[in-house]
Amino acid sequence: MSLLHLLVLSPFILALFIPFLYKWFRNVHTGWFILPLPVILFAYLIQFVSTGPGLGFEPIMETVPWVPSLGINFTIYLDGLSLLFALLITGIGALVVLYSIFYIANKKDEPLNNFYVYLLMFMGAMLGVVLSDNLIVIYVFWELTSLASSLLIAYWFHKEKSRYGAQKSMLITVTGGFAMLAGFSLLYVITGTFSLQGIIEQSQVVIESPLLVPTVLLVLLGAFTKSAQFPFHIWLPDAMEAPTPVSAYLHSATMVKAGIYLVARFTPVFGGTSIWFWMVSLVGLITLTWGSISAIRQKDLKGILAFSTISQLGLIMSLLGLGSAALYYDVADEGAVFTVATMAAVFHLINHATFKGGLFMAVGIIDHETGTRDIRKLGGLMSLMPITFTISLIGLASMAGLPPFNGFLSKEMFFTGVLDATALEIFNMQTFGIIFPIFAWIASIFTFLYCLIMLFKTFFGKYQPEKLEKEAHEAPIGMLISPIILISMVVIIGLFPNIVSYTLIEPVMNSILPGFEFEVNLYHWHGLNTELFMTLGVIVFGSLIYMNLGRWQETYFFLRERDPLNQVYDRGLDGLITGAQGVTNVQMTGLLRDYFAYMIVFMVGSLTVTMYWFDAFTFAVDPNSLASIPPYAAIIIALTAAVSLSLPFINHRVSSIIVLGVVGFLLALLFVVFRAPDLALTQLLVETVMVVLLLLCFYFLPELKKEDFKPRFRWLNLVISISVGLIVSLIGISSLALSNTAQFDSISDYFIENTYELTGGKNMVNMILDDFRALDTILEVLVLGIAALGVVALIKLRFKGGEDV
Amino acid sequence: MKTNYLMLHTITRIVALIILSFSVYLFFAGHYTPGGGFIGGLMFACGLLLLYLSFDLNKIQTVLPIDFEKVIAIGLLIGIGTGLNSLLFGDPFFTMYFDTFTIWPFGEVALTTTTPFAIAIFLVVVGVALLTILTIAGDEA
Repeated sequence: MSLLHLLVLSPFILALFIPFLYKWFRNVHTGWFILPLPVILFAYLIQFVSTGPGLGFEPIMETVPWVPSLGINFTIYLDGLSLLFALLITGIGALVVLYSIFYIANKKDEPLNNFYVYLLMFMGAMLGVVLSDNLIVIYVFWELTSLASSLLIAYWFHKEKSRYGAQKSMLITVTGGFAMLAGFSLLYVITGTFSLQGIIEQSQVVIESPLLVPTVLLVLLGAFTKSAQFPFHIWLPDAMEAPTPVSAYLHSATMVKAGIYLVARFTPVFGGTSIWFWMVSLVGLITLTWGSISAIRQKDLKGILAFSTISQLGLIMSLLGLGSAALYYDVADEGAVFTVATMAAVFHLINHATFKGGLFMAVGIIDHETGTRDIRKLGGLMSLMPITFTISLIGLASMAGLPPFNGFLSKEMFFTGVLDATALEIFNMQTFGIIFPIFAWIASIFTFLYCLIMLFKTFFGKYQPEKLEKEAHEAPIGMLISPIILISMVVIIGLFPNIVSYTLIEPVMNSILPGFEFEVNLYHWHGLNTELFMTLGVIVFGSLIYMNLGRWQETYFFLRERDPLNQVYDRGLDGLITGAQGVTNVQMTGLLRDYFAYMIVFMVGSLTVTMYWFDAFTFAVDPNSLASIPPYAAIIIALTAAVSLSLPFINHRVSSIIVLGVVGFLLALLFVVFRAPDLALTQLLVETVMVVLLLLCFYFLPELKKEDFKPRFRWLNLVISISVGLIVSLIGISSLALSNTAQFDSISDYFIENTYELTGGKNMVNMILDDFRALDTILEVLVLGIAALGVVALIKLRFKGGEDV
Repeated sequence: MKTNYLMLHTITRIVALIILSFSVYLFFAGHYTPGGGFIGGLMFACGLLLLYLSFDLNKIQTVLPIDFEKVIAIGLLIGIGTGLNSLLFGDPFFTMYFDTFTIWPFGEVALTTTTPFAIAIFLVVVGVALLTILTIAGDEA
């Protein structure tokens, strides 16, 4: 257990104390207790940041065994990539916690304890995802982030939309996570290890494996659902029902980037294959375009930001896809050119976290101070909220890709990346490569456009106080601190981009594309090149469309806010529920005999298949091994058979119970003959209790029509009964034949020799029950207890309506 | 006319006592000879059942106000407790211990941790049998 393990677990540990802190210090906002943790973690992590070019630190690996026999260990792996994400999680986490203290007021019935427990759970899980090396551990933390996210979306669970959004995000991301688990299992099948670094070492084996395509698809399914890539992006806009600090933290800066992290992490494994290249870059490109176009028709500020996040995530994703092509070439070869795309992805990841986090917080402030986020009601806030206006202006300018902010730099690099990609001569890029710059450019126009919409509709135009719930005014200073810090990062990185180049980007690049030499040098002026003209084109066309926007406002496209893909999801969910009900209705007939038939058929079927599969049916019984049957045993057996055969012909209930009892008592007699007093005693007692129980049951059953009941002959029942008898006899004969041929020692010899020595008891049967197999026994009586409680529940809590048994 | 079950009641009083004490004997005999927790429990349940059958259900419940759901729970707790006990000594779950002790006035006595385990089984079996039967019998609907 190292400090780094503690770092991952510390949020969970703190979460344990939150309910108490909330209760005991009711007057203090619970957020103040949380705030120190991410600050301390951030301060601790910052020491790993490299201090000069080429001074990237050696990756750290610390292992704590968890299930070593299955190769599952809680291994912490800290390299450039995980460091960047851990810094984002703790840094933005600290700012978000500070912001939330002012955003969610400490009212009487506000369950702050829930909020912060979920938030800490998320923080810990997210740190676990980015710092773990073991795939199974990653998966566990991955699903935990989905769970925490869903709980946070449903924080205001009295709203129907919150619950809808929470369920949707849960279903989509958990389904993806499950697919990812399948992908991880396939990786284990291929490489024989769950360790990511171990798999990266064997990347050649993975690439040449016939299982490559399904593995890639399954792993990517997890990444795409989490990172809201097309067509799984539909959960993100609905997740905006969460409190704004949550949206800023989970749904823009960290959790949705877990998919990006996964893709970056697996680039050294799968990079250089055409399936990986095309899947990642194409899905990213579609998401980029789709998200930016959908964003311009949103009326809710958070809706715009949600689609903008989707689109930006698509951008980063497609860049990672394009950059992975570098791994196709030899390290020293021309491949280095294509690493620009990866560099752009990493740089944009940092930038996006800064400006989008700031923008979300600004929108939260507007919502908090005016009571609405609808751009049709807002307007003219520039003079009323000057600080928020400044924050939004810088954030939006950066997002639109304007100089001198950091967004401009990464946008330029993005254009360089897609233009370089057209020079690729692999994976059919000679033919299709041209779509990348075209779509990138179109998407950038729409990005510029929705930034304009957000800015002008909110801050310019006419102030309409009659449409607002509250009178607009500037937010308290506490709420402004966090966005101001983030936005100053935007300006600082914009003006001095090289403060992140060797400190953060270089180590990350070394993790994603191992073996390449990088010299990260970022600057504004690249000369009058294509990229600059593309940016100018974006500004011109974006402004032109904005000026004509009023004319199209009433068109079909603008009137429908919701993504058409939602219909697919909603119908699918309805279909799932109806389908499940259909299956249940077929299965649960309410007739005991049907359930009995299912169970018996399944049992007989599985036994037959298993026996047949392993070729276990043998009938070569050695006649010498057969014991002679003593005459009284023969009589008892004949009697038992005769009584059993008479059972179906008895119409009277009480008589049939008594006859059934006779069978039991005869069996007890048989035990006596074969000298098993324990069994005989048990059988006798069980039979007695059973007879009483059955008589009681039948006494309370509704009166059937008297003797009108003719046992109908059912072929199916006959077949089932015969098959049960047949399979039991066959297994009996086969096991006897097997013991003849295989010469197994009987297990009873072991017990006869060891019982007294090991347990101090002389009753072997009892010692097996109480000592050798005590766990079995306690579980059996547990089942008995559950069954008894089931009887109580059935009788005391039954439905009032009539039921057919 | 009220039916008089004098014969049944008189005999039950004697027989139930015999059955119940025999069940306790069976329980302790289980270590060396046929018997044990399961059989003892069943026998005990039979004895109680006889009481319930011959006397009125409500009358016995006032005399013996036992909540059999709790009996099951206590039994299961004891059973799992004996299993956890061995973990304290660093042995695998459900390791049983035994030794002989000299206790006045019994002389040399063999004690084993299977006894509390058997008590657990005993309690659960009694609880399950009676809870099931009494719930069905006491059903008003």
